[in-house]
Amino acid sequence: MDQPPPLKKTPLNSRHRASGAKMVAFGGWDMPLEYSGITAEHLAVRRTAGLFDVSHMGELEIAGKDALAALQMLCSNDASKLQPGQAQYSALLTAQGTFVDDLVVYRLRSDHFLLVVNAANIVKDYMWMAERIAGVGDVVIMDASSRYALLSVQGPAASRAVQPLTGVDLASMPSYTFAHGEIANVRGTISRTGYTGEDGFEIFVPPQQADRVWLALLQSGGDELTPCGLGARDTLRLEAGLRLYGNDIDETTTAVEAGLGWIVGWSKGDFIGAEALRVQKAKGTSRKLAGFELLDPGIARPGYEVYATNADGSVGKVTSGTQTPTLKKSIGMAYLPQANATPGAEFDVDIRGRRTRARVVPMPFYKRSSS
Amino acid sequence: MYPPSLKYTKDHEWLDLAGDRGKIGVTDYAQKQLGDVVFVDLPAVGTKIVQGQSFGTIESVKAVSELFAPVSGEVVDVNASLKEKPESVNANPHGSWLIAVKLTKPDEVGGLLDASQYTDLVKS
Repeated sequence: MDQPPPLKKTPLNSRHRASGAKMVAFGGWDMPLEYSGITAEHLAVRRTAGLFDVSHMGELEIAGKDALAALQMLCSNDASKLQPGQAQYSALLTAQGTFVDDLVVYRLRSDHFLLVVNAANIVKDYMWMAERIAGVGDVVIMDASSRYALLSVQGPAASRAVQPLTGVDLASMPSYTFAHGEIANVRGTISRTGYTGEDGFEIFVPPQQADRVWLALLQSGGDELTPCGLGARDTLRLEAGLRLYGNDIDETTTAVEAGLGWIVGWSKGDFIGAEALRVQKAKGTSRKLAGFELLDPGIARPGYEVYATNADGSVGKVTSGTQTPTLKKSIGMAYLPQANATPGAEFDVDIRGRRTRARVVPMPFYKRSSS
Repeated sequence: MYPPSLKYTKDHEWLDLAGDRGKIGVTDYAQKQLGDVVFVDLPAVGTKIVQGQSFGTIESVKAVSELFAPVSGEVVDVNASLKEKPESVNANPHGSWLIAVKLTKPDEVGGLLDASQYTDLVKS
């Protein structure tokens, strides 16, 4: 019998365990599911701020004279729009326009990029890119994941928690930019990005210093900063309408179907998946990812079958679903036939044998008020 | 921690017995395992339940679990307040009853765990 490989641990693993966090296996990693409870953590991020360990995420670096050309071929979005110090949501696509992964591209220097990728996809993404850049020219790719711990401070009070620890002027940093500097006397990179629908920062530090920065942040944030686990990260991202790889997007769903045409550089040159996506954009697709809320009690969980109202024959599947702490509603995402996918349209979800009525609503479910 | 007045099951339900009737809930251990409870699906009054078999489901943000009957009986009351406040199962697990039943096989109670036996079970 093959034993599953042991779970990987982030540099903060013993901190999570010592703090009494409930742990869970996620993408091959031993991660905190919750500290004080998903609902409490979720609400803390919406009202003040939360601190997440997301060191399981992967970091791939691409460098060389032809690094930009390689990225333009590999990634969906137009990386030429990035100045050094800017970041961009993008994706690796197959020739069919489906997702190898979704990721954030950081332009470190004109010829040097950092890609933050999903934990479960690090090796796959690296192999995918390494095979395809061989012919491009002067470019190398490196898996630098073990050189970074990644902490995320998210919520309206995020700046107040982080600013006292760094000389980087956070107020002058627009969303999706980053700066190198020190944080709690540790050299690192601070990026105004996140996965919660709130303002916030993702902080790259050396793994050896992660615990020190974690503790310094908690002390600096005080009552306004709550340690959070992956459970709240999932409910927060779902409320914000953000797709999760492995649930809402994968190698069977395209960027157009997933409603992510906005991360496709339609006007840039050729890239992997471009042809398939252009056909889909011109002709339309038979299905698309839609947000919904349940009209009856229950939670529509990933994999549950979807039916037209009062009709037999599955027409789709739920990809994500939860009860949202902020909205007190049961929400989710599902791939639906176009005819059933317009806001207001109703359909049924089979919740363990019980037909439960759902209604399509626009995403995001939650949008923060602009400050 | 676990009130001595209650009887317990290995499936982490409790029974609060009064004569031939009993209220049923889930234990503190169960609510901790579940995390934040958001929805409880319970049978209607009049439903017959059977010891060891599922009589409903309890959902938290992360998971859905079956509820197993500690005894056989007929449902005589359902705690309607849980519809509005399912989180009271987390806040007060041993005070938040789910259903009340009229026992049809009272000798089943003899096979349930007492508080100290249950405490040993969840400690190990």
